[in-house]
Amino acid sequence: MDIGIVGYGCYIPVFRISVEEIARVWNTDADSIKKGLMIEEKSVPDVDEDTITISVEAGRNALLRAGIEPNKIGAIFIGSESHPYAVKPSGTVVAEALDLGRDLMAADFEFACKAGTAAIQCCYGLVKSGLIDYGLAIGADTSQGRPGDALEYTAAAGGAAFILGRDPLAILDSTLSYTSDTSDFWRREGQDYPSHGARFTGKPAYFKHVISATKNIMEKASLKPRDFNYAVFHMPNGKFPSAAAKTLGFTKEQMAPGFVVSRIGNCYSGSSPLGLSRVLDTAKPGEKILLTSYGSGAGSDSFIFTVTDKILERRDKAPLTDHYISRKRNIDYGTYVRLKGKLKE
Amino acid sequence: MVHSSIPLFWRLRKAKYRLEGTKCRKCKSVFFPPRSFCSRCRRKGEIECFPFSGKGTIISYTIIRTPPEGFEKQSPYAVAIVKLDEGAQISGQVIGDLKEVETGKRVSAVFRKMYEDGPQGVINYGLKFALTG
Amino acid sequence: MTRVAVIGAGCTKLDEHWDKSLRDLSTEAGVLALKDAGLEGKDIQALYIGNMSAGRFIGQEHLAALTVDHAGLTPIPATRCEAACASGALAFRKACMAIKSGEYDIVVAAGAEKMTDIKGTSAISTLMGAGDQEWESAVGLTFVGLYALMTNAYMREFGLTREELALVPVKNHKHGLNNPYAQFNKEITVQDVLNSPLIADPLRLLDCSPITDGAAAVILASERAARKFDNPVWVLGSGQASDTLALHSRASLTEMLAARVASRKAYEQAGLGPDKIDVAEVHDCFSIAEVLAYEDLGFANKGEARKLLINNETAIGGRIPVNTDGGLKLGHPVGATGIKQIIEIVKQLRGRAVTQVKDAKTGLTHNVGGSGATALVHIFGSE
Repeated sequence: MDIGIVGYGCYIPVFRISVEEIARVWNTDADSIKKGLMIEEKSVPDVDEDTITISVEAGRNALLRAGIEPNKIGAIFIGSESHPYAVKPSGTVVAEALDLGRDLMAADFEFACKAGTAAIQCCYGLVKSGLIDYGLAIGADTSQGRPGDALEYTAAAGGAAFILGRDPLAILDSTLSYTSDTSDFWRREGQDYPSHGARFTGKPAYFKHVISATKNIMEKASLKPRDFNYAVFHMPNGKFPSAAAKTLGFTKEQMAPGFVVSRIGNCYSGSSPLGLSRVLDTAKPGEKILLTSYGSGAGSDSFIFTVTDKILERRDKAPLTDHYISRKRNIDYGTYVRLKGKLKE
Repeated sequence: MVHSSIPLFWRLRKAKYRLEGTKCRKCKSVFFPPRSFCSRCRRKGEIECFPFSGKGTIISYTIIRTPPEGFEKQSPYAVAIVKLDEGAQISGQVIGDLKEVETGKRVSAVFRKMYEDGPQGVINYGLKFALTG
Repeated sequence: MTRVAVIGAGCTKLDEHWDKSLRDLSTEAGVLALKDAGLEGKDIQALYIGNMSAGRFIGQEHLAALTVDHAGLTPIPATRCEAACASGALAFRKACMAIKSGEYDIVVAAGAEKMTDIKGTSAISTLMGAGDQEWESAVGLTFVGLYALMTNAYMREFGLTREELALVPVKNHKHGLNNPYAQFNKEITVQDVLNSPLIADPLRLLDCSPITDGAAAVILASERAARKFDNPVWVLGSGQASDTLALHSRASLTEMLAARVASRKAYEQAGLGPDKIDVAEVHDCFSIAEVLAYEDLGFANKGEARKLLINNETAIGGRIPVNTDGGLKLGHPVGATGIKQIIEIVKQLRGRAVTQVKDAKTGLTHNVGGSGATALVHIFGSE
């Protein structure tokens, strides 16, 4: 029996800060930044939101779509680089809030921005091996950008949750990863903000891994870009995934439904999962989706999904991704600083 | 500071995280916050678990502008008494635009950080309410 | 059963007493009360002291023993009574009962609180200990927040305006203008109230009682003992009742059931009704509390408390003057407040109050714990 996504859901905080507003404070040129990063604004978490609260809301939506009893879930893996605790899992809090029961495998994942898709792979493997019936994989972040750094324009908050199991709304046809030791972006223990290698994050890092993984999975499946209806690549900004798509031979039309970055920014571990969530909101049975994430350090996970007719009956059981994208309140830089706790006491 | 006992809030996590209340099988009274002893039937009562949906209506509200310890960063914030659809009443923060909070408005529960026991302590999570129309 | 009378009363100034600790304050109040009665310490057979939260305010429990120790009254039995802000009246009621039981003839009932040894936000949290820690404090509620929830509900249900509500602190500040024990002696206007900062909407700073240090003590005597003293003030009725600890669990936010039940008991014991009360001290910790008290005590019909305010009926010279010493607005050392209220009524019935009600013969005190989970009502008479 086919294995894949039986339910999905997302959550994006309500606040947004625009590129203009950040540029106003740092006296930079908003227009060139918007054009360069292909970003209009980014989401900002409320003072009482974090990776755990985002995961609970996204997970609740995924359960609504899956229509299964929460205690049927046998594993929960949450991928994030902003787990609220350095030691103590996010997963236990989320599992308790979602009433997943006690017979549960749980672990938190960290692999920069691809920890969420790594969680999908693990759930898939456990379901396929027969160890569990259903697994809940979540990618969520409240990412940090150092004040004044280029990342400040993009580092956003949000997440998406996927329940893997049988009788899916999208069959997971194939998955693989491409991994190497490449230090393009990192955060040391105890540091508030990550550091990055500027232009080194591009060619040897993002592009090398995204393109390699995507080529490998297409080759393995004997599929060409034109065989896909949709393509989603990790979206650290708008420029990188657009350039990768062009190199690989994907069109703007294939990219558009999953291209969420320009209106909410880079949700890190939630970035490509949110793109997948938005694609599933409109995909038709039989359509094929290519998804490739990217995590600095570095690696990419590629997936091929085929949408089934189950999508039609489950899609409307929870709010669509666009509900969270369009439900927004713009804030000024001062409020942003307060909400993100950037003021030193 | 809210009494910062880890066991105390651990004990309450089902209620705090997902509104698991109680109900008396005898008199059908529902309790949230949960009670382990029916205050109507007393010893004759039969208490069982009862899940609340988290949907309700604001009965009264206020905006807290002088917060207690541990809530300084959230201030000002709205707190309402919410009548849950299943019948019990509970105090809870209402998120969103303070100007939109009003008696009679519908709300539903959302999962949020309640407060932190300092930068080194535990983070307490629980439910707040969001306006739903 | 014997009747009980108050034969002596003493109170410290209500203030931020930076140079005095709780033990200094309670001793000071006790000495004043003994002097007033013309008694010596050796005449005291037992002590009851109301205190809300010395454990959190100053880290001191076992307060009753501390109090008799520092007053030089050991080895008499000493008991601490706690019912949040109603601790004082609770100590008084327990002292009355001890005398009525026949065990003692002369007993001290005191109340004391030292609130300024911790910072303001800690005091706010400590006071919230009177609410439900698990379900009210844990969501960030404060005490003014709880009373603000009642205020909003009352204004909505009965159309009380913000201006009308401001008449409560305006009247009480005026009453307390010459009170030498008050924390503030300042006349304020409705506009002053409306211009003061919002604390918990719609309640503003001047709607709130302050953080205060203070102690108060009265000497109680059995009928047999009391006859030897001048001007005994008789306890005609005592009522106490309880309600749910959390405000949200109550059927109504616009009345305090405990206060209604306690006052009915007290009226019944005294054999008189609200129309026979000449002067009252009510628990106006926040402005709305006085409004609710008018109705809970039967001074006004439900929803009609505003009429008393608008027509000055509860001001000095009115039908039933309330809070003639300025009430809690002019100082609220929580555990001491219940005794402080009784002292004002004792003064009134002896004809020696600063803001004296002419020919006052009967008086009432109304002391509330928390958001109304405990209420005590006492009725006093000069005969």
